[in-house]
Amino acid sequence: MNGFERLFPYLLAGVSVGGQYALIAIGYTMVYGILRLINFAHGDIFTVAGFFMVYMSATMPLVVSIPLTIILTVLLGFTVERVAYKPLREAPRMSIMISAIGVSYLLQNLMWYVTGGLAKQYPVLPWLSNSVTILSATTKIVTIVTPLLTVALVLLLLQLINHTKTGMAMRAVSRDFETAKLMGIKIDRVISISFIIGSFLAAAGSLLYFTNYPTVTPTVGAMPGLKAFVAAVFGGIGSIPGAVVGAFLIGISENLIKAFGYSTFSDAFTFALLIVILLVRPTGLFGEKTIDKV
Amino acid sequence: MSLLKVTDLKVSYGGIEALKGISFEVPKGQIVTLIGANGAGKSTTLRAIMGLVPLKSGGITFDGREITSLDTSRVVAEGIVLVPEGRRVFPNLTVLENLRVGAYLRRDTEEIENSLRYVYERFPRLEERSWQMAGTLSGGEQQMLAVGRALMARPKLLMMDEPSLGLAPLVVRDIFGIIKRLLEEGMTILLIEQNANAALRAADYGYVMETGRITLEGTGEELLKNQRVRDAYLGQARKKR
Ligand SMILES: Nc1ncnc2c1ncn2[C@@H]1O[C@H](COP(=O)(O)OP(=O)(O)OP(=O)(O)O)[C@@H](O)[C@H]1O
Ligand SMILES: [Mg+2]
Repeated sequence: MNGFERLFPYLLAGVSVGGQYALIAIGYTMVYGILRLINFAHGDIFTVAGFFMVYMSATMPLVVSIPLTIILTVLLGFTVERVAYKPLREAPRMSIMISAIGVSYLLQNLMWYVTGGLAKQYPVLPWLSNSVTILSATTKIVTIVTPLLTVALVLLLLQLINHTKTGMAMRAVSRDFETAKLMGIKIDRVISISFIIGSFLAAAGSLLYFTNYPTVTPTVGAMPGLKAFVAAVFGGIGSIPGAVVGAFLIGISENLIKAFGYSTFSDAFTFALLIVILLVRPTGLFGEKTIDKV
Repeated sequence: MSLLKVTDLKVSYGGIEALKGISFEVPKGQIVTLIGANGAGKSTTLRAIMGLVPLKSGGITFDGREITSLDTSRVVAEGIVLVPEGRRVFPNLTVLENLRVGAYLRRDTEEIENSLRYVYERFPRLEERSWQMAGTLSGGEQQMLAVGRALMARPKLLMMDEPSLGLAPLVVRDIFGIIKRLLEEGMTILLIEQNANAALRAADYGYVMETGRITLEGTGEELLKNQRVRDAYLGQARKKR
């Protein structure tokens, strides 16, 4: 067996998990780009999406429970913004940050409360869970679908942001709330849209991520959530292409580290990367030079 | 007939009254100027009209309609547009996108293209640079863009907050040239200026503001001749900041 054949399955897994991180990371980076807020609740929304799927699929067929999971997740993201962040629009940034931490704990505790802390069985998504063999590596179809779907969604999103009127409004709001208002833009609507998109992508990421695992617990979302956050910082928080590139790089690196037999260090690597980035290049790969909002 | 009528407007920022009850009018097709020293409350007045700061009391009517405390986007929809202090173009948008975002509330797609042509005719420099990021324009070009962006909304009332601030004399002359042309085309303008001399020369009517109050008013000519105004605002060119 040559080197490439040995590494290939790891690369494949890396690209796949990278796609899942990317779908979560976009939500962090978009919200940061517009509100300059690190939405600590975003990772929990990802996990809650897992439970939505668990409970929906228990009583409904997948054709219903999958779209319903996505809709409920979007609604949750939207509601969190309206209830916990919108009233603090004029408040100092620290207040809204603390509110985000509060929402994060609230969601975590709700998950404990509802599940009793027990692992809940995640449904098997038929086609996605089937095995395929490519280049002598055997894997689930979801592994192949994830990066493709991620790239397609990202291209769609970039199209929206760069070539539509709504996207133009989002870019305007991200730079200057007040002047955006003077153009007639309803900034609350634009902010809601960014939460809706972020939650939608997190729901998609959640479906693709949890398919690989038999169960969901209230804590399992924390790690991918954190890694997606690191990816967003690594890519330059606020930049969507940055978050996507960062996510794929982290996903691939982690799995290559596993390939070389250092599995124990694969998580540590991500956080070491965060520390190095913050020290060496705090604006990340694609980040704008710190332009604080005036 | 007055297009804009402001009555006894009061605004306070956390307990400090920035506007202590001001009243003024802007007649249709005319240019009215507000002059006053730094911190007199000129920008606050315009921001209050746009619904960017909450009013403590007072009333604003526009074109015969009550617009007191409307949302900013509703005020824009009514036909009032503000060219803000310090230009505030969107640096991360191209020149063309800045202009298009100025027409954000309009639905008449074809007419928007006409407005674009109109703006490019008046500011040929902008057309040459339509694909350039607005953040890379010179100060004068950014001011042109800010005015062009405001015109894209096809306002009934154009409010400008110190459009000549920080610009070279030649560019200032351009700006006043544009103001004159807009008036000839029937635009109504409310102008704030540090450059009181130029503003009063251009203005049909002017108001002098001092610490949140209007203390003097009259036609541009009258104010230019007024001794108090001459002493306070028409000394040598007053530099700001
Ligand atoms: N957001 C704010 N919070 C608190 N105080 C404010 C705020 N904006 C303005 N002020 C105060 O209100 C007063 C009027 O300010 P304003 O900006 O309206 O003055 P101005 O006449 O436009 O001055 P300038 O010529 O310097 O632009 C000032 O004392 C200013 O410090
Ligand atoms: Mg001012």
